[in-house]
Amino acid sequence: MRVRFFALLFGLLPVWANAQGFNGLGNTSDGFALPDRETRLTFPADHGPHPGFRIEWWYVTANLVGPDGTDYGAQWTLFRNAVAPDDADGWRSPVIWMAHAAVTTPDDHESAERFARGGIGQAGVEIAPFNAWIDDWSMQGESFEDLRITAQGDEFSYELDLTAEGPLTLHGDASYSQKSIAGHASHYYSQPFFSVTGTLEIEGERIPVTGSAWLDREWSSQLLDDDQAGWDWISLSFETGERMMGFRIRGSEGIDPTRGSWISAEGDVENLSPGTLIMDPLETTVTAGGPVPTRWRIRLPDRDIDVTADAINPQSWMDTTVSYWEGPMRISGSHTGRGYLEMTGYD
Amino acid sequence: MILTCLQTLLSHWRRRPGQAATLILGLALATALWSGVQAINAEARQSYDRAAEAIGGDNLDALVDPSGPISTQTYVALRRAGWLVSPIVDGWIAGDGGRVRLIGIDVLTSPAGTAVSGAMISEPDELFAGPGALFTSAETAARLTSDDLPTIQVTDTAPPGIAFADISVALALLEREDGFDRLVIDPRSPRDLEGLSAIAPGLLIEPQASGEDLAGLTDSFHLNLTAFGLLSFAVGLFIVNGAVGLAFEQRRAAVRTMRSHGVAMRTLVLALVIELTLFALVAGLLGIALGYAIAAVLLPDVAATLRGLYGATVEGSLTLRPTWWLGGLAMTGIGTAVAATAALVTLARLPILAPARPRAWSMRAVSGSRQMAVGALGFLAISLVTMVLGSGLIAGFVMLGALLLGAALLLPFLLERILSAAQSFARAPLAEWFWADTRQQLRGLSLALMALLLALATNIGVGTMVSSFRLTFTGWLDQRLASEIYVRADDAQQADALLAFLETRSDAVLPIWDAPFDIAGRPGEVYSVADHATYRDNWPMIAALPDVWDRVASGDGALLNEQTARAADLWPGDDLRLGQSTYTIAGVYSDYGNPTAQALISVDRFIAEFPNAPRLNFGIRVAQSDAEAVRNALEDDFGLNPDQMVDQAALKALSLSIFERTFAVSGALNVLTLSVAGFAILTALLTLATMRLPQLAPVWAQGLTRRRLAWFEILRALALAGLTAVLAVPVGLALAWTLLSVINVEAFGWKLPMHLFPAQWLALGGAAMVAAGLAAAWPARRLATMAPARLVQVFAHAR
Repeated sequence: MRVRFFALLFGLLPVWANAQGFNGLGNTSDGFALPDRETRLTFPADHGPHPGFRIEWWYVTANLVGPDGTDYGAQWTLFRNAVAPDDADGWRSPVIWMAHAAVTTPDDHESAERFARGGIGQAGVEIAPFNAWIDDWSMQGESFEDLRITAQGDEFSYELDLTAEGPLTLHGDASYSQKSIAGHASHYYSQPFFSVTGTLEIEGERIPVTGSAWLDREWSSQLLDDDQAGWDWISLSFETGERMMGFRIRGSEGIDPTRGSWISAEGDVENLSPGTLIMDPLETTVTAGGPVPTRWRIRLPDRDIDVTADAINPQSWMDTTVSYWEGPMRISGSHTGRGYLEMTGYD
Repeated sequence: MILTCLQTLLSHWRRRPGQAATLILGLALATALWSGVQAINAEARQSYDRAAEAIGGDNLDALVDPSGPISTQTYVALRRAGWLVSPIVDGWIAGDGGRVRLIGIDVLTSPAGTAVSGAMISEPDELFAGPGALFTSAETAARLTSDDLPTIQVTDTAPPGIAFADISVALALLEREDGFDRLVIDPRSPRDLEGLSAIAPGLLIEPQASGEDLAGLTDSFHLNLTAFGLLSFAVGLFIVNGAVGLAFEQRRAAVRTMRSHGVAMRTLVLALVIELTLFALVAGLLGIALGYAIAAVLLPDVAATLRGLYGATVEGSLTLRPTWWLGGLAMTGIGTAVAATAALVTLARLPILAPARPRAWSMRAVSGSRQMAVGALGFLAISLVTMVLGSGLIAGFVMLGALLLGAALLLPFLLERILSAAQSFARAPLAEWFWADTRQQLRGLSLALMALLLALATNIGVGTMVSSFRLTFTGWLDQRLASEIYVRADDAQQADALLAFLETRSDAVLPIWDAPFDIAGRPGEVYSVADHATYRDNWPMIAALPDVWDRVASGDGALLNEQTARAADLWPGDDLRLGQSTYTIAGVYSDYGNPTAQALISVDRFIAEFPNAPRLNFGIRVAQSDAEAVRNALEDDFGLNPDQMVDQAALKALSLSIFERTFAVSGALNVLTLSVAGFAILTALLTLATMRLPQLAPVWAQGLTRRRLAWFEILRALALAGLTAVLAVPVGLALAWTLLSVINVEAFGWKLPMHLFPAQWLALGGAAMVAAGLAAAWPARRLATMAPARLVQVFAHAR
């Protein structure tokens, strides 16, 4: 999940947010749809956009390995933000698309961003065949199980083929995912079982890579409170084939209880009760965006999980209009594996 | 020691407060005009920079389509092929306070970092939802008070005279369904040119040069102002030079005493430098304050001029910048140094016991009128050579400068020749004395007279240019605005109804339709022109092929306005691409006051080339006597809104008022320069008057009354001023010719015929003589009422 992007709008569009007075729960009296516990997702329709909602994203993070065993990370993200609930054709569309792409190596982190207006065809998402695009970046395939993602920035580009090797994961209560004690929620599902082959190109050098990828889909209309400063989100892929996702929201009054999902190797999901997952920062790195914890201890006592997550490149700061830390992790301890960490609100 | 020395030196000014005032006022006036002009220039440049920056930097290349606007479809295809381009819509909207440039941008893709896009994105609600908003400076907002416009967000990041809006809002306001004027290319964008020709075959990459063009055009105007400023600065320095030199000479006795008491020359010179610096500082600050006032008064007119002539927008308010006032002070310092160096050098080389000879000093100042005449010929030769060989605006100004300097330097020699001729005709002893004495006086006055010549010549030159322009302009307006009534329909339906309504009520209804189009690489407009006697008889053609109107009517020919013809060097017979076709230029017409390129084609061709252009504007021909009735019928019977109609007379009045404002600045600067020159004469006369007693006393002793002597003094000043005025006429006319035929063409793109206005010269000559007479009256009156004892004293001193 990417709680960050509820607040993203605060960063990008501060005046708007204040003018609208989005300082509380369920304040969508301006006509946006609200997540509903009774909603049941249907596919492939729900892979596509949900126009009644304010914000939505298609979010891929990939842990990759080169021929010499070097660890790499790649990110491809497309956000749909609606300024108003009623869509309109052409340049009057209130929809703003935003995309981020990044490639991480142990000693380099390159990122790029794109923006586009809805309604003119510069960016969008179609269901069958699946195609999500902005400018010349795209995520497309015959189905949601076979996708190719491409993107390029000034110093990098990539082309990665993703093949689903397990089922979709619905987080929370059949995708109804509660975010905070105050009751913020979203619809949230993932495909954590992609295997990946493809090529990265970094500063002119082409590197064949293989690995795994995690795709998040989430949409909502609620924004977080002003005093919710940021959050820490992590996905872990253990070598046993099991997966785990966890996050915690940091507020001015303290940290909300952690939430998350445990996913078996077969794809069965357990919604973790608030607070059962324990996330402790161990080590801080000063990055372009300020000091950020890049080494974490993650514990889930119920399943005897006690691991340390280390950033492959502690300088994985996304130097984009909305900036944050996002990068690949190496997992060691009671279990081993790889993962992706996202941290916002530290700058 | 140095303090004592300084005190002694400064005591001189306490005894001669008038001289101190002269020095300070001279310096202050020089600084004032100079820094005033600089303030205006700085303000304007700042505005241009902000405009260029706000549009997205002036270094961005753009994709343009010579055949017309670029569609959203093409834009999206380019983006999806990896081109980082951003659409721009550029046009004009009408507010109640005049038209304002409207720029539509897409903040999501506009190359990063412009202040305006930052301000816009902080108002996303206005930007992306609802009816949209215009983002302008407070000043521009005041001009956009029409009810038809969206709400206005005031942002101080917007340059003056430009309203920004989201691209969707701009398209709607400009009544365009789709279509961008250009796509600016992000510097980081890949440039797959082969891909470009596959996606959008018609598009070309155009280096973004419009900002530079504007700078180039307006540079001429600013150079013009700078030249004026420099001229008055030079005139001011004449005054300072006179005052400083005289003061040095008068204090030679004091200097001698101090030196005899053991004051080192170095200390003395240092004390003098400190003294001068003090003067420069006081006068500089005074001058800067004055300059600020001048700039504040003139700036609104300058802004109007720049808007009217170039479409450039400049804020009407002034900001005080440190660079500006520090620059002004530096200029005063440099001026003081220039004016005082000669005096300081003389002092440093002075034998300790040399006597003071203030009068000899003033005579020596311009003793070498012959050498000066040689120098003058050199300058005039430079001017001539530049005229023949040079081209461009700088050459034009070099030519002007050399001409003025040469003429000024030649003046003492010419006056000397004229006076000695007059002397040789004089038979009566008194007359002979008068001319001889005037010749002697000439040396002391020549600097002031040179200043007067420069001021008069500038006045005559600029006056001739403005009056010639006005005459041409009014004649041109008469030709150009031949239709009695101009109407604008709201939509196509109303236009049809209007045509039907006017069928029996008018002699002819002439379509005046236009479409934006880049003409010869310049942003401009293509207009339709009907095949009608109105145009055949009246259109102000300056060059044309035979049967020009038949060529246009047949659809092969097009007409081009003068400024574009000169800028692109396109003349009758050349080819010109308009819309999808190529036309032969059949004629070039004068189009004063239009900052943009313009071309005319026949109505049929216009419809074919620009099928989507609105066809709403018409000129109506009726008998002059029926005009009122037709207007009333249109309003009462047809129901046309009064603001959709404008009659010829109102349009002419408006155009003329814009014209008058345009040249208000020149007029004001003229008056100021002349005042400075008048002041120079006054100070020179006052200075001389105190030293002339030894010359006058013998004449008085031989029986000439003080009263008559005083009249002679006034007469002499009048004679010299009159002669200078006469000599200023040819210089002024040469200046006018240069302005009309060289500078104007470079600066505005128009060549103007020169007309002569002898009444103006007479008035100016009269003004010069009045000024000189007034300046002479004060010392003359002192002479007339002087105690005879003082005259007698001259003989007692027997120096």
